[in-house]
Amino acid sequence: MVAIATEIPTASRVMMYREALNEALREEMRRDPKVFLLGEGIAQRGGSYKVTEGLLEEFGPERVLDTPIAEASFTGAAIGAAMTGMRPVVEILFIDFALLAMDQIVNQAAKYHLMTGGVGRVPLVVRTQGGAGGCLAAQHSQSLEALFYHIPGLKIAMPSTPKDAKGLLKTAIRLDDPVIFIEHKSLYMSKGEVPEGEYLIEFGRGEVKRPGRDATLVAWSAMVSKCMSAAEKLSAAGIEVEVVDPRTLVPLDMERILQSVRKTRCAIVVQEAVRRGGVASDIAATIQHEAFDYLDAPVEIVAGRVTPIPFSLTLEQACVPQEDDIVAAVKRTMGRE
Amino acid sequence: MANYSKDFLAQLYRTLYTIRVFEAQGVRLYRQGLIRGYFHPYTGQEAIAAGVCAALADRDYVLSTHRGHGHCIARGADLHRMVAELLGRSTGYCRGLGGSMHIADLSKGNLGANGIVGANVPLGVGAALGAKLRGEDRVSVVFTSDGGANNGVFFEALNLAAVWNLPALIVIENNQYAVSTPIHESTRETDLYKRGIGLGVESRRLNGNDVLEVYEHACGAVARCREGRGPVLLEAVTYRHGGHHVNDPGLYMPKDRMEYYRARDPVAIGRDYLADLGGATDEEIRAIEAAVEHELESAVAFAKSSPVLSTDEFLALIEGY
Repeated sequence: MVAIATEIPTASRVMMYREALNEALREEMRRDPKVFLLGEGIAQRGGSYKVTEGLLEEFGPERVLDTPIAEASFTGAAIGAAMTGMRPVVEILFIDFALLAMDQIVNQAAKYHLMTGGVGRVPLVVRTQGGAGGCLAAQHSQSLEALFYHIPGLKIAMPSTPKDAKGLLKTAIRLDDPVIFIEHKSLYMSKGEVPEGEYLIEFGRGEVKRPGRDATLVAWSAMVSKCMSAAEKLSAAGIEVEVVDPRTLVPLDMERILQSVRKTRCAIVVQEAVRRGGVASDIAATIQHEAFDYLDAPVEIVAGRVTPIPFSLTLEQACVPQEDDIVAAVKRTMGRE
Repeated sequence: MANYSKDFLAQLYRTLYTIRVFEAQGVRLYRQGLIRGYFHPYTGQEAIAAGVCAALADRDYVLSTHRGHGHCIARGADLHRMVAELLGRSTGYCRGLGGSMHIADLSKGNLGANGIVGANVPLGVGAALGAKLRGEDRVSVVFTSDGGANNGVFFEALNLAAVWNLPALIVIENNQYAVSTPIHESTRETDLYKRGIGLGVESRRLNGNDVLEVYEHACGAVARCREGRGPVLLEAVTYRHGGHHVNDPGLYMPKDRMEYYRARDPVAIGRDYLADLGGATDEEIRAIEAAVEHELESAVAFAKSSPVLSTDEFLALIEGY
């Protein structure tokens, strides 16, 4: 995993994604007594992906709460606590389970600010993880960011590196609006440079993960590393692609994406989620609308197949974009097949 | 029955009467086309909001329902800002962006009405959790209904309140209809308070049309919450004086049942308490009523003369959505 610390020129160390998230939670809990955590198996067990490991020991059972398996009500309880000034961070073990809490997230948290005429706030973070990887089959592998992207009033972060994971989570906790913070199950053990000391990453600021002149790859979450390795392959073939990671989908740094597209004149949007009704379609439409005159070819989309994720490893991999799919799409778009 | 001061009974009656005339006025404004959308009158259930809220401190939280005007009034809301909200004006509690189903008065701890039946139970449990984590002595009261008590989150949230020992009072206003479906068609166990017993929650059933009976149960429940003894479930049995909303004539409600409950009208019962226990004269009672009517008239005039939020102000508010 390549990580470029653009905005934070400081000493750094190598950490895992899950360790970076853990550090973000620990720092914010030390800073603000209103921050507390709740979720399934996050206290004693430290979370299924170990993101909350050691936090019970430091902050005690009042601030690190194990919940029953009841997503709708513990998410709702977090929202109620947030309405009264707390800053809860809910862990929903799989984004697939967030569907149980959709009324609370969509009808309650996302709308409270408007329904109260701008008086009420819901400073809530829902940490969850999605994506395929590890043969977890149809109900534990979905990429569902588009469901939340569609809802006005929610912010969405989807970090691709340990550095981004930490900086974005700290910002998410300090925002006054509900944030859906989507991690990726295949990234927890991935390593990258994380700056020493305190830093925040602003929402709505994308980052160029790799500069290039010939084509723009737009990707987030686990698709960023696939794009990075595809970029290396393309480089060997003499094609230099620029990889732009918006990091947050709401707000979306469209300006950073357009800047890159105006330079390369060629754009490919890569998402793990199924093609139909996805965020990639929305980004592609905006590129075509805002940078039509700059484009040498229609914007290409590389996305997951329109299907529930099958169990078998070979078929699972056939359903989500792979490095070779991205390489082929870049060549096709550039007319270099 | 305990000894009640004349002032206290007068205050209770004032709340009951305010809700009654507020809803009647609301229906008139609706018929005139000044109030749009949905309007769910609280008429017939006044004693529950009045009795429960009289047992609360200012610092406590209330989570209300789509039939929420009564809760808002009983928490001491300003009628001017309430009517303005129902008319969709910028001077309303939610600047005209919430309306009847989402009216909230955060300054009085009323965290809001809710258009999703049952959904406010976890929210209220969360408000209680927040208070407990901050070490504050606040009780969170959730008003729900026989309809809400059949929703999944009702059970989940009551279970959470119990296992975390939270200062939450859940009040089921059992008006015996979920929209139009009578209670015996939506559940086999119609004694809804028993749902709490199964979850280890202190649970009681009471006459929701008797404001003092409601008040006394609420006082006991609130005291229990403040002592750190965990949540309480109260089932207050009542009956709507009409259909589900202003355009529902309620033809499915049997005449004899309606007559039975109208003969046990919560506002009349409150008036009798004020006269019999409080020793108020007809003249004194009439003075209370006149003051309420005067305030309501003033509120309606205020709302009618208030502007709608400008599109520019609205766009500024939704910036970043």
